Amino acid sequence: MRLSSGTILHALGLTAVILFTLFPFYWMVSASFKTQADILASPPVWVFTPTLDNYREIFADSKVIGAVGNSLIIATATTALAVLLGAPAAFALARYEFRGKSDLWFWFISNRMTSPIVLALPVYILALQLRMLDTHLVLILIYLTFNLPIVVWICTDQFKSIPPDLEQAARLDGADQFTIFRKIYLPLGAPGIAVSAIFSFIFSWNELLYALVLTRRDVQTAPVVATSFMSGYELPWGKIMATGTVIVLPVTIFALIVSRHMVRGLTMGATK
Amino acid sequence: MTRMTSQPKLRPNRGYGRWTPFWFLAPAVFTLFIIGIYPTIFAVVTSFRRYNIARPRDGFPFIGLENYISVLTDGTFWASLFLTAKFYITVLPVEIALGLMIALLLHKTGMGFLKSLARVTLVVPLATTYAVVGLIGRLIFNRDFGVANWFLDALGIGGLDWLGSQSGAFAAIVIMDIWQWTPFCALIFLAGLSMVPGEIEEAARLETSSKWALLKHVQLPYLMPGLTALLILRSADVLKLFDMVFVMTRGGPGSATDLVSIYIQRVGFRIFDLGTASAQAILLLVITVLLSRLYIRVLYKEVN
Repeated sequence: MRLSSGTILHALGLTAVILFTLFPFYWMVSASFKTQADILASPPVWVFTPTLDNYREIFADSKVIGAVGNSLIIATATTALAVLLGAPAAFALARYEFRGKSDLWFWFISNRMTSPIVLALPVYILALQLRMLDTHLVLILIYLTFNLPIVVWICTDQFKSIPPDLEQAARLDGADQFTIFRKIYLPLGAPGIAVSAIFSFIFSWNELLYALVLTRRDVQTAPVVATSFMSGYELPWGKIMATGTVIVLPVTIFALIVSRHMVRGLTMGATK
Repeated sequence: MTRMTSQPKLRPNRGYGRWTPFWFLAPAVFTLFIIGIYPTIFAVVTSFRRYNIARPRDGFPFIGLENYISVLTDGTFWASLFLTAKFYITVLPVEIALGLMIALLLHKTGMGFLKSLARVTLVVPLATTYAVVGLIGRLIFNRDFGVANWFLDALGIGGLDWLGSQSGAFAAIVIMDIWQWTPFCALIFLAGLSMVPGEIEEAARLETSSKWALLKHVQLPYLMPGLTALLILRSADVLKLFDMVFVMTRGGPGSATDLVSIYIQRVGFRIFDLGTASAQAILLLVITVLLSRLYIRVLYKEVN
């Protein structure tokens, strides 16, 4: 390829984009390998001897390990529930016409847009009365308010793309609707279900407000613990950044897997 | 059943009863009702009560519209709404402009490897846990050793006490939001650009060498639905914005970053005035529902 000024500008622009998107992430990861002295150095050190001490410290800290475990349990359980409840609903929305369908849509979309603080207040009072504060269950259930709409939306989209001929043939063989759902729609819709499950996991893993309000000590999730280090005078920066890296790494990998669907997941499919 | 007999041709294609969709939908709808609608109704009821759990001796008496009156006359609540609007008006033009530039760079032919790499890295900010974005912000904008001040020094501008000053803290949360959400705009615009039929774009390129004319007359119509989606979704997101700001500034210093979700959280869970906080939350919900209506009316009509 000949190098014109246009191509050079294009390359420079793209490099700038990559630097812009990766820099804060890089800065966190590099701080997680620095000693406290290197982090506190001014001007900042760009070249340093990496240390694994911060990671040793957090993996020895039962609080961090416990929090990551809690996050895993909660995100996995709520995702499983969302798929279990959402996939059949998506099947109905994709295949049937019935009254109130558009109202149902509206309700799902509203859930995507509502601030968690609106539900956090009443759920806090209800959980307090039911003695459910600081349990896995309360977070698993409340996370369904945003997971279920995501799963329903993405799966509906996927199920609609399955050709109806298959269903016709199955019906000639005498299959009922449940069998058709299980034998045709679930296997053929598997990619969409997987994408929706990954989104559901990412959103649950990343959530802070509900977790902050509805947990005390036993069920603190990873983001809650990471932010709890942010108090006092001498902040353990290396430890905080190592915890941040441990939290972000798994979801980043998941997000890269579904990167082609990122826009669909975040807009609930309004832009195709 | 009457509908089915009036359209006899459809009958062999259907083969399900009237209640079949109900059984598939019931578990999801029932669950969402219990965890979504019931608490919302509970919040409405709470908003008509004096409900301060820090003072349980007062009981929780019904007080009519008193909470709503005190919220609507509360200057701080209005200030937090205005600040949220100011935040939206500040971040959005930058995110749209940068996002469009990035999308055009990614849409341009050539630079295959660098382009796919950039495309992939765009996902990183979007997936980063919002609370961790706040932690990174605390590190980057630290007054004494933050890298932001090092950049300013390198540019010959003196360092700032970012998180310790009113305008600095606001600027800091604006920058972190721009970092996290510009990729979202870029991806939406990129999707719009790729909708332009290849032949039309080719033909237009032969007609004019002006990139601006191409953008305005050929590509812009395809970008409009995405732009509308952005305007509405980002406004809902800003009304929801809590995690990153809470971690970075807790709404301070003073009330410099006291966005509406942060303020309601403080009234509810620091002052424990759940009655007032519920009234505020219900007002926020009303705003959101209006936005959702707009979103559906404008966008889903076009898609379907």
